[in-house]
Amino acid sequence: MIRLHNLHKSYPIGHDSLHVLKGLDLHIKEGEFVSIMGSSGSGKSTLLNIIGLLDTHDTGEYILNGQTIEHLNEKKAAVLRNKFLGFVFQSFNLINYKTALENVALPLYYKGIGRKERQVIAMEYLEKVGLKERASHLPSELSGGEKQRVAIARALATNPKVVLADEPTGALDTVTSHSVMELLRTINNEGMTVVVITHEEDIAEDTDRIVRLRDGVIISDEKVNKKAKA
Amino acid sequence: MFDLDRWTEIFQTLSKNKLRTALSGFTIAFAILLFTLLFGIGNGLKHTFEKQFAGDAQNSVYIRSGKTTKPYKGLQSGRKVQFKNEDTKFINEQFEKNIQFFSPNIERFNVRAIYKGEQNNYTVRGVYPDYQPLESAVMIEGRFISVLDLKKRAKVVAIGKLVEEDLFKNFPALGRNISLDGISYRVIGVFSDPGGDNDERYIYMPFSTAQGMYRSNDELDQFGLTFNPALNVDKALAFTNLLEKVLKEKHQVDPRDQSALRVQNYAEGTKNVQQFMTVLNIIILFIGIGTLIAGIIGISNIMVYIVKERTKELGIRKALGATPQSIIGMIMMESIFVTALAGYAGLMIGVFTLKAIGSSLEKYFIVNPSVETYVVVGATIILIIAGTIAGYIPAKRASSIKPIEALNDQ
Repeated sequence: MIRLHNLHKSYPIGHDSLHVLKGLDLHIKEGEFVSIMGSSGSGKSTLLNIIGLLDTHDTGEYILNGQTIEHLNEKKAAVLRNKFLGFVFQSFNLINYKTALENVALPLYYKGIGRKERQVIAMEYLEKVGLKERASHLPSELSGGEKQRVAIARALATNPKVVLADEPTGALDTVTSHSVMELLRTINNEGMTVVVITHEEDIAEDTDRIVRLRDGVIISDEKVNKKAKA
Repeated sequence: MFDLDRWTEIFQTLSKNKLRTALSGFTIAFAILLFTLLFGIGNGLKHTFEKQFAGDAQNSVYIRSGKTTKPYKGLQSGRKVQFKNEDTKFINEQFEKNIQFFSPNIERFNVRAIYKGEQNNYTVRGVYPDYQPLESAVMIEGRFISVLDLKKRAKVVAIGKLVEEDLFKNFPALGRNISLDGISYRVIGVFSDPGGDNDERYIYMPFSTAQGMYRSNDELDQFGLTFNPALNVDKALAFTNLLEKVLKEKHQVDPRDQSALRVQNYAEGTKNVQQFMTVLNIIILFIGIGTLIAGIIGISNIMVYIVKERTKELGIRKALGATPQSIIGMIMMESIFVTALAGYAGLMIGVFTLKAIGSSLEKYFIVNPSVETYVVVGATIILIIAGTIAGYIPAKRASSIKPIEALNDQ
């Protein structure tokens, strides 16, 4: 599903440049539940942004769903994002003047789906995350866990190939965190590829595979020991 | 553009962000309102001046005589200066090149006019055909005095519109006979005069007829003329100064004697009025442009602020698949929509306010304060364009920043 080969990325800082990703090789297959770990500055957010087509890589190869990603203009990137990718952010990034239902329906609007159908699909996904009765509430009227559930529903609404979650539990307490992870697990069990970025060990252990980054290179890539988890 | 979903999205954004919408709308509406009011009041002032100085040809000159106040060349003061037919001939010959229209004038006040049962007193003037353009009289029916009338000493009159209304009520006066001090004259024309009511209560008859009727010899009262419009104001003044000098010499009047013989040139007044009007126009224009600029700056600021405030939202939209074009389109359509609607509201409020207070301002020399439709519509369009550009620049920037940066915006 996602294949990275010798991926490099650097950011210009004044006259120098900061080399963030130094030749990553990574292959995430369809239906995997992967976490990418690393301390801040390890390059994990940059990696997620590149995978999420929110940012571009400098050199190397990135193949998403069999399609080589290069020379993307903003418009193409927007279409691909809408088609293949669902995002879950640490700070939820819900639009504060739209209701839960409208937030979930927004990516469908950009996909060009009609108004009535949008409502139906959005409601379906809200039901899936257990927030059907909160559909008409504004984000400010929802708890942190509920907001993240709305965000997950929104990420799923366009039926993407991959769900990318950037520190999805970063702003939540432990209990809520694990219920959110359980929700992601449920989604994964239904066949969705899920990539989670985190720096919390116990969150990473809720996934099937942990990729560890340090200073822009992968230092380990291993399956989670199911028995230890149980 | 006519995508219903897009408009729904825009209406939702506008209605859910009432303060923002109200602020930008208010700026636009207020700018247009101020523009309309100031422009209207300025126009009102202009109308007052136009009305005050309308009525006679702008290049008219009147020559009047009176009694001398200074002894001159052995003649005593208190002597009456009397124009005669030879003066008409003299002026005509001496100044032919500088004169456009020229007419001597015999005036008779309080002439009793009777038509059937109706009667009233009017001023009767005996004039040449040239007097019509001098007074800027416009014939409604029939014709003015002609050269032939003059030669034949015809007993015909051209009467003002109000004379017709007074004496003939609703019946046409043309072709009827009216009696002036007991003598019957045929009405050959009815005229209106932009100078207003007074000027429409005159009765004109051929100069020769009047002279025969009201004078025992070849005396006359005064002259009216218009100078050649090719002359500029300074040359016109030089011409009338010369005219005055020559006439005073002819009638042996002290050059400094102002009451024995006066040549009154409207150009002098016209010059001042025209300068004043020019200044007034510049002031109005300045106010208009100033208000518009203030409005443009206002809307630009608000648009920059709105886009800045929405950076994160725009980032979210982009992450969810909004293309840069759809972002620009959304912001600009919002901007145009608000500007157009608020501009229209301000325009309407302004026009109605002017209508409502218009008549009560007349004592402040403001008559019919109104704004030409094309001016306000133009102003609104300029504001809409400004709002669009003001929205476009930040929208373009917002659409081109990477979504990840927009998302990190706090």
